[in-house]
Amino acid sequence: MEAYFDNSATTRCSQGAKDVMVRALVEDYGNPSSLHVKGMEGENYIRDAKAKISKTLKAKPTELVFTSGGTESNNLAILGAAMANKRSGRHLVTTVIEHPAVSAPMKFLEEQGFSVTYLNVDKDGLISLEDLERAVTDETILVSVMYVNNEIGAAEPIAEAAQAIKKKNPGTLFHVDAIQAYGKYIIHPGKMGIDMMSVSGHKIHGPKGSGFLYVKEKTKVKPVIYGGGQQKNLRSGTENVPGIAGLGQAAQEAYEEFAQKQAHLYQLKEAFIGGLDGEKWAHFNGRTGRDSAPHIVSLSVDGVRSEVLLHALEDRHIYVSAGSACASNKPARSATLTAIGIRQDYLDSTVRVSFSTQNTLEEVEYCIANLKELVPMLGKYTRH
Amino acid sequence: MFQAFLIKYGEIGIKGKNRHLFEDALVRQIKYALKPVEGEFLISKEQGRIYIEASEGYDYDEALESLRHVFGIVGICPVALTEDEGFGKLAEDVVSYLAKRYPDKHMTFKVNTRRARKTYPMPSMEVNAALGEKILGAFPEMSVDVHNPDILVNVEIRGKIYIYSEIIPGPGGMPVGTNGKGMLLLSGGIDSPVAGYMIAKRGVKIDAVYFHAPPYTSERAKQKVVDLARIVATYTGPIYLKVVNFTDIQMYIYEKCPHDELTIIMRRYMMRIAEYFAKETESLGLITGESIGQVASQTMQSLASTDEVCTMPVYRPLIGFDKQEIVELSKKIGTFETSILPYEDCCTIFVAKHPVTKPNLKVIRRSETHLSEKIDEMVETAIQTAETIIVRGTEEGEA
Repeated sequence: MEAYFDNSATTRCSQGAKDVMVRALVEDYGNPSSLHVKGMEGENYIRDAKAKISKTLKAKPTELVFTSGGTESNNLAILGAAMANKRSGRHLVTTVIEHPAVSAPMKFLEEQGFSVTYLNVDKDGLISLEDLERAVTDETILVSVMYVNNEIGAAEPIAEAAQAIKKKNPGTLFHVDAIQAYGKYIIHPGKMGIDMMSVSGHKIHGPKGSGFLYVKEKTKVKPVIYGGGQQKNLRSGTENVPGIAGLGQAAQEAYEEFAQKQAHLYQLKEAFIGGLDGEKWAHFNGRTGRDSAPHIVSLSVDGVRSEVLLHALEDRHIYVSAGSACASNKPARSATLTAIGIRQDYLDSTVRVSFSTQNTLEEVEYCIANLKELVPMLGKYTRH
Repeated sequence: MFQAFLIKYGEIGIKGKNRHLFEDALVRQIKYALKPVEGEFLISKEQGRIYIEASEGYDYDEALESLRHVFGIVGICPVALTEDEGFGKLAEDVVSYLAKRYPDKHMTFKVNTRRARKTYPMPSMEVNAALGEKILGAFPEMSVDVHNPDILVNVEIRGKIYIYSEIIPGPGGMPVGTNGKGMLLLSGGIDSPVAGYMIAKRGVKIDAVYFHAPPYTSERAKQKVVDLARIVATYTGPIYLKVVNFTDIQMYIYEKCPHDELTIIMRRYMMRIAEYFAKETESLGLITGESIGQVASQTMQSLASTDEVCTMPVYRPLIGFDKQEIVELSKKIGTFETSILPYEDCCTIFVAKHPVTKPNLKVIRRSETHLSEKIDEMVETAIQTAETIIVRGTEEGEA
């Protein structure tokens, strides 16, 4: 049996997304900017994707900017908003547990003379609304908070955060990194008070290299990529038509029979956590119930380093990630795990298990059986 | 502007009656190194020199870079070639060579003519003097210094005329294949690729063995070792890399022996297995990247106890080097960036907090007796299941 439990790193592309992409690659391959009919055929894919996505968000099709993925969406939101609004103030607010795609542009802005307040989180990885309200000032042009944390699955109080921000400073923009949340929650940014929201295609069974930024009407953002003026000048460069088409299809599929899908993910998560109940070596980080994201589990294992456990599981065709997959090429300490104050030795011994709707309960049971067999064995051979 | 290279070699010139063997090996290595380079190359050997004539449109930078990886080459002189159409034309060519090659002419020079073709109408000394005059005429900023010139303008009169003034240093050493073969214990670290380079530089062909410990070491760690071998292979030619699955042996040692002796005993088994492969493939010695005192397993006592299990000589070319010196070398040969990728190798996985630094041979031997039940069988399995990867310096050549 194979159990791919690294769906927060990436997912398998859906058949539907693949099919529409192949069509856009080899049949309707025109450049949307071309005036002839081939160009229009290309443009139709984009219009179609916009319609599908905006329906899931209850947003307008004009409020979407397609990008190369989550990282670019975050960069566009943060750098673009900072550049466009710097005359209103030079202060930003974010959290200590953001993905590097948010924290690195923030760092860059600090070098450019902006100041950034980093909100701490509690032991479950949640921000405090009081802290947030205190942090927002007249000078604050942007707040960026992730919807679901990619390492422990903490779900932040986004709607309440939006209210707190707007109450304090109605002019402050609110950006949400929803890369781990889109497709797992119903999100209507307009109603929730979100001004900008980042989404990545390959986390929802769409293709890699695709994503979008929701930008609420009349939000002031400057581009970070300049060129031919595509996408109303916000993101130049010939549109990635196949990627956009695949993304649109994947977005639509993600919200078909949504309630069942979400329930299925929670079942998998509960079965996994329940299956390890009573194992002395197993420790779960953050909340584990329905007040956390349905698809992410953070498991610390006594006495076994995560890299070793990961490779041992790999041998059984079970794929998980160590901490956060994006950090695999640099074994730096995880900011999230540090921020929630887990035991020092767990920093090296934590794996992330992340499900998709394509996973089954049998796969979860298979994984549990293997963990129960492998951990005690691997635990014997530890470093001293 | 350069259509040829003149290759200078040092030491192999003095090898007496075996000289032609060394020269042939060098020509072979040059041919091999130039194979992936864009262009055709005609290599000829005469009177203690090797000439490489290149076809039109060859890639100069690639060719030079490849030649700088050939052991045995002391100097590479890029040569401007010209047909012999009389002295007047020669003087023009020399002047135009200098005009192009040296934008700033404030320097001293000396002309050094070598008349290999004795039928040339002027003797060398005369050519020197006449060319010197023409150069001074063309570039008044230049002046002659026959004792300590900034540049030495060499003119070799052969079938064609060769003009060169620059010697780019080669790696030195002796051509690979002139000194037998050695088995390198290659880890993913900084030291062992450098050790392989050092020994290969003395003309030794290199094979390698890597100890893989899944799941404790990842596929990426193995890929890193292959990548390192590939860089070393740009100097040494193809490397037969044995990948040995070492996990069971390691765990068995961990189970049966005192943990502070783990690394030493593990290394003794690595040496035993490496020696088996060395004998099998007719290597004449083992090569490691050890340097005295660098870590617990590299103290004099530890080295003595790992040495004890080997019947072949163990070559440790870095033995007297400081870490920083090794790092410098690894940067120079191009392995450093790969070596520091953070994947664990099997030596770092089960290290004890306080490993023995002065192992007592008697104690180690006694500890090893605890392994007697299964170890021979395990070593046998490790040898039988080892994977062989042929690693070449260029990607597409990999088997």
